[in-house]
Amino acid sequence: MLLISCPNCGSRDETEFHYGGQAHVPYPEDPAALDDRQWAEFLFYRDNTKGAFAERWLHSTGCRQWFNLLRDTVTYEIQAVYPMGAARPDRAAAAPESGTASTAPDSTTTGTAAPDISGTSTAPATSAGTTAPEGASK
Amino acid sequence: MADLLPEHPDFLWHNPDPQKSYDAVIVGGGGHGLATAYFLAKNHGMTNIAVLEKGWLAGGNMARNTTIIRSNYLWDESAAIYEHALKLWEILPEELEYDFLFSQRGVMNLAHTLGDVRESMRRVGANKLNGVDAEWLDPQQVKELCPILNISDNIRYPVMGATYQPRAGIAKHDHVAWAFARKCDELGVDIIQNCEVTGFLKDGNRVVGVKTNRGTISTEKVGLCAAGHSSVLAEMAGFRLPIQSHPLQALVSELHEPVHPTVVMSNHVHVYVSQAHKGELVMGAGVDSYNGYGQRGSFHVIEHQMAAAVELFPIFARAHVLRTWGGIVDTTLDASPIIGTTPVDNMFVNCGWGTGGFKGTPAAGLTFAHTIATGTPHDLNKPFALERFETGALIDEHGAAAVAH
Repeated sequence: MLLISCPNCGSRDETEFHYGGQAHVPYPEDPAALDDRQWAEFLFYRDNTKGAFAERWLHSTGCRQWFNLLRDTVTYEIQAVYPMGAARPDRAAAAPESGTASTAPDSTTTGTAAPDISGTSTAPATSAGTTAPEGASK
Repeated sequence: MADLLPEHPDFLWHNPDPQKSYDAVIVGGGGHGLATAYFLAKNHGMTNIAVLEKGWLAGGNMARNTTIIRSNYLWDESAAIYEHALKLWEILPEELEYDFLFSQRGVMNLAHTLGDVRESMRRVGANKLNGVDAEWLDPQQVKELCPILNISDNIRYPVMGATYQPRAGIAKHDHVAWAFARKCDELGVDIIQNCEVTGFLKDGNRVVGVKTNRGTISTEKVGLCAAGHSSVLAEMAGFRLPIQSHPLQALVSELHEPVHPTVVMSNHVHVYVSQAHKGELVMGAGVDSYNGYGQRGSFHVIEHQMAAAVELFPIFARAHVLRTWGGIVDTTLDASPIIGTTPVDNMFVNCGWGTGGFKGTPAAGLTFAHTIATGTPHDLNKPFALERFETGALIDEHGAAAVAH
């Protein structure tokens, strides 16, 4: 049983949460422009990292808010909790992620950044929406 | 006390050092890798081949599954490949000259809701049209076949009937691996344990070798049979797979007198139970929700499946959990496997079997060997190509396959 630190509610059992898979996969900015391969990437292809993995969780029986975890998929250790829209804490310290300057928010946000109310994030969130999509729409 | 210990039985395979070069290398020495090597040697005359296993032979999911074999899948493509597998299971003990205790004791898939009943009857019809043995049982017939099942209506999800496949059953999983390994060894295949692949050598877009912790091996062709670690290997080779690896747990009780004559699966309350030849009750259920490579999961998943088992089988209430364990299953979004070519020339992949790979072992081996040897898929695995995620020709066996994956 994972013990997950919800940014709003504190530590709760895993059974209160739902898993949302890989984080930082934005909806394509121009879906009609994608070819079949790119559309398949968006729909069906996700990173399957062995090691530190950024993923979304929903506190479905608590505050019903989405947030992100950085979790090791081998040890299952939770390394960071951070808000939707914020950059991955283990990469935020480095230069901004290369690649696109997408302004698309994560697909599950409403377009506005969740406030950084998490005291557990290892790095402060930068402005939302500047996170480069990870592994998506290559 | 002074008596000598009995002689060690003959080893079933050798442990050769890797050669510098092979005609083909199979990565992964589980059931699928061994079956692939066997059919490469037997059907295609390719005997200068090696199976590389990073741990010990058949120590991954082949050692961790609940050994259920059935072919009652909904869609034509699935019914064809799983039924072919079942037909191979029926002849393999003789062909491999090894009695691995394949027991066709039948598999029952329970229905607990009106939706279940309709889906089950539809699947029975589809199975019959595809030549798969299937029948619909009412609760009384369920009780006759499996007297320890609780069919009363005072439980949360009463049994409203079941589908039944009489030719389905279980086999002794480790013996299956040993049977394939022995035959591979006899045919000249090198089975190399403790040999972990660390990278691939490519000439342009063509794979020409495998880097391992025991040296570099050049090869014409590479077949990946690494289940939960398929994505890790694909990344080394420079392509992606639409796979998510999840922990899947199972458990056994202590040994009991034979009480459970068949295999019972319930999608709705979600547990599947059989009784192994030795007498343990063997149970499994669904995957843990999160991605994981840890070969272990969360306890609430075990608790949930045991609650379901005790409601269906009140007699199990006083049994004890002897052992629980987890494997890493490679799930796809349409709950069907991927068997075919990859974006890298001369590299082939067999993965995505998710929670149901054991039953498919012989057909995976047969079709994957054909694909590797000829460079083109067998008719049975043509629909299971990686390209289906781009064309949209998915084979959606979620739920339709009689168990939630």
